[in-house]
Amino acid sequence: MTSETAVIDTAARASLWLQPHRIVLILIALGLVASAAYFMRWDWLPQYWEMGLMGIWRALWILAVTCTLGFMIALPVGLAQAAGSIWVAAPAKVFCTIIRGTPLLLQLWLLYYGLGSLFPQYPWIRESWMWPYLRQAWPYGVLALTLSFAGYEGEVMRGAFAGVPKGQLEAARAFGMSRWKIFCRIWLPQAFYRALPTLTGETVLQLKSTPLVATISVIDIFAVSSKVRQDTYLTYEPLLLLALIYMAITGILVFAFSRIEARIPVKIG
Amino acid sequence: MPADRASNPGATLIESFLPASAAGIVELLSPAPVGWGGTLLLGLMHSLEIAVGATIVGLLIGTWGAYGKLYGGPVVRDLFAVYTTVVRAVPELVLILLLYYAGTDLINQVLTAMGYQRVDISGLVAGIAVLGFVQGAYSTEVIRGAILAIPQGQIEAARAFGMSPGLLLRRITLPAMLPFAIPGLANLWLIATKDTALLAVVGFFELTLATRQAAGVTKAYLVFFLAAGVLYLCVTLVSNFLLGRAEKWARRGMPSIKEAR
Repeated sequence: MTSETAVIDTAARASLWLQPHRIVLILIALGLVASAAYFMRWDWLPQYWEMGLMGIWRALWILAVTCTLGFMIALPVGLAQAAGSIWVAAPAKVFCTIIRGTPLLLQLWLLYYGLGSLFPQYPWIRESWMWPYLRQAWPYGVLALTLSFAGYEGEVMRGAFAGVPKGQLEAARAFGMSRWKIFCRIWLPQAFYRALPTLTGETVLQLKSTPLVATISVIDIFAVSSKVRQDTYLTYEPLLLLALIYMAITGILVFAFSRIEARIPVKIG
Repeated sequence: MPADRASNPGATLIESFLPASAAGIVELLSPAPVGWGGTLLLGLMHSLEIAVGATIVGLLIGTWGAYGKLYGGPVVRDLFAVYTTVVRAVPELVLILLLYYAGTDLINQVLTAMGYQRVDISGLVAGIAVLGFVQGAYSTEVIRGAILAIPQGQIEAARAFGMSPGLLLRRITLPAMLPFAIPGLANLWLIATKDTALLAVVGFFELTLATRQAAGVTKAYLVFFLAAGVLYLCVTLVSNFLLGRAEKWARRGMPSIKEAR
């Protein structure tokens, strides 16, 4: 079964995967889903589905923004640790240690309650253009999640930058490339390819952190399910549906990243 | 300025924090009843209890799950695959809520069905069980990878000497996989200490909730959240040091990583 599988075509692989016990397991799973759909109460769905879609959209939006911004911060943080002098490497290291050493929930509450209660006492902040934003909850959520992603991904990027073979950089220097050009053409692309598999995992972890923003009154999909639970006194139905939604999003994310990974040249280093 | 302050409750809220000079902060954080230091330390103790318990439960599930995934029959293998996939795909917060309510509810329903009285399950036990279940999925993968990294000949040699499966596990597999598993398990321990903070959302009294209560009463949000951050960071740094020592000990007699490259 080990050596032949390489040449087996897709149909044969499907039949190999679909062994008798798997069919039974799938049937049991379908039975569970069907009984859940039949015996549990789902009459609240029509009333809340619009709000739910809004919540999913908001969670995805937060995920996309925080991952993008976090990655942009992670690049200098990783580069500083991999190649910088001690004056930039040490602060970057301290930043990563603090972010990775304390719970995200605590960071979120520190920013929301701590900073949030500090700002209103300065009149010039209250009169500035930022005030309408600073009074809302989501900027604090986005900031906390961005910093968290930057901290974890900064550590990954440090390893990725350090893992690019020295010879590549020396060759680029020998061709007379400027430092900026070496970074853009040689160093960053190779480091990014190295970091990509871990980036998938980090993004999924980030998705699983987004429900925390519900604790500071941002209405994402988790907050919607809490509202349903409060309104209808149902315990399991909203939570089960919520778990299903997160599993679906995770599946889509993993699939999308695997497609991106497949486009990248395999042999590196 | 006073009129300004009266119009904004936030300003009065801050006022009590700002004049807190160094002496005021020390007073707030002192373990004596005036300060809230004792509350924070109690919360930290609860957090550590849960983290230790959850890690032990997770390790037991993980060892069992890794064995099931590696040596189990097709059905066992698929069931463990579903377990690890589902637990790792759903946010911990959702799992905690689901298992916290479902678990206590299920036990009580079973008890009443069997004719016993309902029991009040303590937050500590429920928290350990829930986080342990989550940790189990991650440690299954870590331990499975570590067992696969053991040179196959060692296990074959033990089998050839006629060791029973239990003895093989205790004498060969567990000690031999330790150096490969410790980095991953160390990570899991750090995740466990930080995941205890999520139990604050279901109302379990641990460090983060204690901090929030103390901050809510005294209105000194920044002081308390920063203090709790320092406590968590201390736990992380001390664990890092100890786990580094443990890894060195487990790797004794093996070539160092640098030489192996």
